[in-house]
Order: sequence, then structure tokens, then C-alpha cells
Amino acid sequence: MLSHFFPSQLSLGIAECIAAALIALLAMVLARRRGVDMLGELPLAQVRGIVQIVAVGAILAFLLRGPQWTSLIVLSAMMLAAATIVRGRAKNIPRAFTLALFSIFVGAGSVLAIMIVLGVIPLRVSMLVPVGSMVIASTMNMQSIFLDRFRGEITSHVGEIESALALGATPDVATIPYLRAAYKASLIPSIDNVRSLGIVWIPGIMAGMVLSGASPIYAALYQFVVISTIFSAAAITCLTASYLVTARVFTAQQQLLIRN
Amino acid sequence: MDASSYVLECVDLRRELPAHPPKIPAKLLLDKVSFSVARGEVLAVVGPSGAGKSTLLRLLNRLDEPTKGTVFFHGKDYREVPPGELRRHIGMVMQRAFLFPGTIADNVRFGPKQHGIDLTNEAVADLLAQVGLAGFGNRQASTLSGGEAQRVAITRALANEPEMLLLDEPTSALDDAAKSGIESLLESLIRQRHLTCVWVTHDAAQARRMADKVLMLEAGRVTAHGDARELLHA
Repeated sequence: MLSHFFPSQLSLGIAECIAAALIALLAMVLARRRGVDMLGELPLAQVRGIVQIVAVGAILAFLLRGPQWTSLIVLSAMMLAAATIVRGRAKNIPRAFTLALFSIFVGAGSVLAIMIVLGVIPLRVSMLVPVGSMVIASTMNMQSIFLDRFRGEITSHVGEIESALALGATPDVATIPYLRAAYKASLIPSIDNVRSLGIVWIPGIMAGMVLSGASPIYAALYQFVVISTIFSAAAITCLTASYLVTARVFTAQQQLLIRN
Repeated sequence: MDASSYVLECVDLRRELPAHPPKIPAKLLLDKVSFSVARGEVLAVVGPSGAGKSTLLRLLNRLDEPTKGTVFFHGKDYREVPPGELRRHIGMVMQRAFLFPGTIADNVRFGPKQHGIDLTNEAVADLLAQVGLAGFGNRQASTLSGGEAQRVAITRALANEPEMLLLDEPTSALDDAAKSGIESLLESLIRQRHLTCVWVTHDAAQARRMADKVLMLEAGRVTAHGDARELLHA
């Protein structure tokens, strides 16, 4: 219907954005009737989101015509942004930014490198940047869950952890049950994504490939590859973080730093 | 008394929480706290809530770090001893038991295992019998009452064969019946094993019953230190 009133692609896009934003605002108006007032936050978030995504669109349009190395710059910038967001989530965990950045670099970097060497992900800016961004976003989400849950587990088991320390246990031994719980919790959404693939959701890459004329079976197999890549990168990221985070929450004298 | 005959000497201990401007100012928890504990002595630390009693106890096994001053364990600055090794020799029983998930035997074995020692079933059974929990080894920790759990916490600390025991109000979370049971158990264990103890309590009568010496704290400072019966006369 909108295309009838807005013949040019740009004006149609703007109209579609306004329609989508109004529906979201309507949902928040309804939510306010249930006592959940997020209406003040949403317009700002929407403006911020649309400015960011349009800016990225413009940058991508420029980069897609550029040399291969530009994808490295884009992915590095994404890793920095992801680590900044994880730091915001990992309150009270000292030096969380470097922890998050190193873990994302190891997890996303290693898995992307393997997939590029195997030729699964073509070394083209137009492919590497979108797939890389999905991989990095997933490492960010999973690591945020992991660190948030880890902090929660630690602060609700201070007595057990200090009892173990008081018996001569190292911080690694004292915290291992809580690390395991946090790691499991961070894996659950990603495992559910793999499990529900094709039934609950048909991710973007597959939809795009089918729309652009690829065989649906190949598109489906390739989508599985992408989802598995995303899962592996996120799992390795959190595993790396699990080895580093204990040292962040204890002093060199094996004293617990975060107690509430 | 020769300096090295003290098991523990605290010298000018200060503990201050750092400021986090602009909202949180620095907070002084302990200041100028000096005292010694001789071998086999039971020292009660008494004082009102917020006096710094538990803070002091946490400095003694280095669960927390003094901002100033230090502690000498057998005449040696405890900063020269690895924390795990120090805590093996200075056991601790907290206000609540905080048992680990698993069986009672798993809990008792935990400490020695950290130091490469695997207690035999007989050793575990013998320790449990000493605290009145014979036959409890295979019970799940989650099934115990408060008093039983505290007995396991005491056994867990003793399994490391510590020279010294820090007791942080070990009976304050228990009902009267369990409280008197734990108190008499600790009294007999201290006598049998000639344990040196620092016992934090807010109960002056308990301090009088159990302690040889008493250290009174108020607002983080020592207000009195001396013979328990003299300082805590009824």
C-alpha cells in the first residue's frame, strides 16, 4: 500500500521506517496501561538506532567498492564497540573492557580465520563484513550474559567462596561451580537458536540467498554453516573469558574483590 | 614471654575502605589494632555491632588485606606465606556453615584435598564421630539442620589440622539448644587439641565462659585487652 503513495525507493524507505516506529510506540503505549512505562526511552532509542544503521549503510556502500583490507578495519571497529557494550554489562568486574576485547578477538578472530582458510566464507568485503558482524554480535551477546550471570553467581555465593578460600582453596577451585553455571546459562540461547533453525526462525542470510536465486537447499546448508560459525565463535569467546575472569575478581593474595 | 612463643601478633592494623568520589567517602573500619595471641590461648573479641570484629578476623587469615600494619604468624610476616598455606594453618568457622553441595564426607575432604591429601573413609568417619555426627558421611549437605551443618563446618576446618581457629560468631545463627551444643563441642575440641583460638562474639557471657583473654573493640579501635575474668566480671 505504501509503495502506491511513495514511488521513489528513498521516500518509501522513510515511510516504512515511520510506520514500523509508530507500531513500536503503540506497543509501548499499551505497555504503559500495564504499568510498564518505557515510552520515554523508546523514541530516543529509535532515533539512535536509525542514525546508526543508516550511517553503517552509507559506510558499507563506500567500503564494498574498496580494497579487501577495509573489512579488517570495519571488523576491528565492531570488536571495539562490542567490547565497550560488554563492559557496560559487566559492572563491578575490574578491567572488563580488555577482558571482553581479548575474548572476542580470540573467539571471533579464530573461527573467522578458520572459515576463511577453508574457503567457507569468501574473502570479499561484501561477504566478510555482514557475516563477521553477525559473529561479533553473537560473541558480544553471549559474553554479556556470561559475565552478568558470573557476577550474580559470585555475589550470591560469597559465603561458599570465602569458606573454600579459608580452607586453602585457590580462587579457581573456589569459583569453578559458579563459572560452570554462568557458562551453561550463556550457551542456552545460542543452542536454542541452532535447535530452532528453520522451524522458529529463517535467518536473514538464507532468506537473502533464496531471494537472489540460490538453490534453497544450498541456502539452507550455508545458513547452518553460518549459525554454527556464530555459535563456535561465541562459545570460544566465553570459554576464553572464563579463564580470564577469575583473576579479575580476586587480588593476587586470593581475596575476593566483588562481595555485593 | 619470648616474641616467637606467640602464635599470632598483630601490629598496628588499619583497615580503611577507599573512597569512590563523589558519592562514597572513605570509611575507617579498624585503626591501631595491636595484640598477640599465645599458644593454646582463647582470645575473645567483643564489642557492639559495627565495631570491626569480623573485619579484624578476616584480616587474620588474609581474606581481607590490612591497609596498614601486618600480622606475624609464628614470628614471620604473613605476607611472606602463600595465602593457601596460611589458611591451612589458620582455620575459620563462620557465622553460617556455607556447606558445599555434595555429601558431608565431600565437605570434610575438601580442605585436605587442596593440599594434596586424600582423607580415608576411616579418617572422615573418625572426625565426624568427634563432633557427634557418626554415620553422617553419606548424607547430603542440604539435608542438615543449622546445628548439624555448623558441626560439619567445624569438622571441615579441623580436617586441615590447623594450629589456630578463627571463630566468627559460630553460634549466633542457631537456636538455644543448638547453641549450647556447639559451644560445648568447641570447648572440648579446643581442650583436646590445644587449639589457639580467636573467637568473635557479641555475647559477653559466652566470652567469659570460653575465653582466657579478651579484646574489646569499639568503632574500630581497641578499648581494652586483658584477662577475660577481670574485664568481663559479672
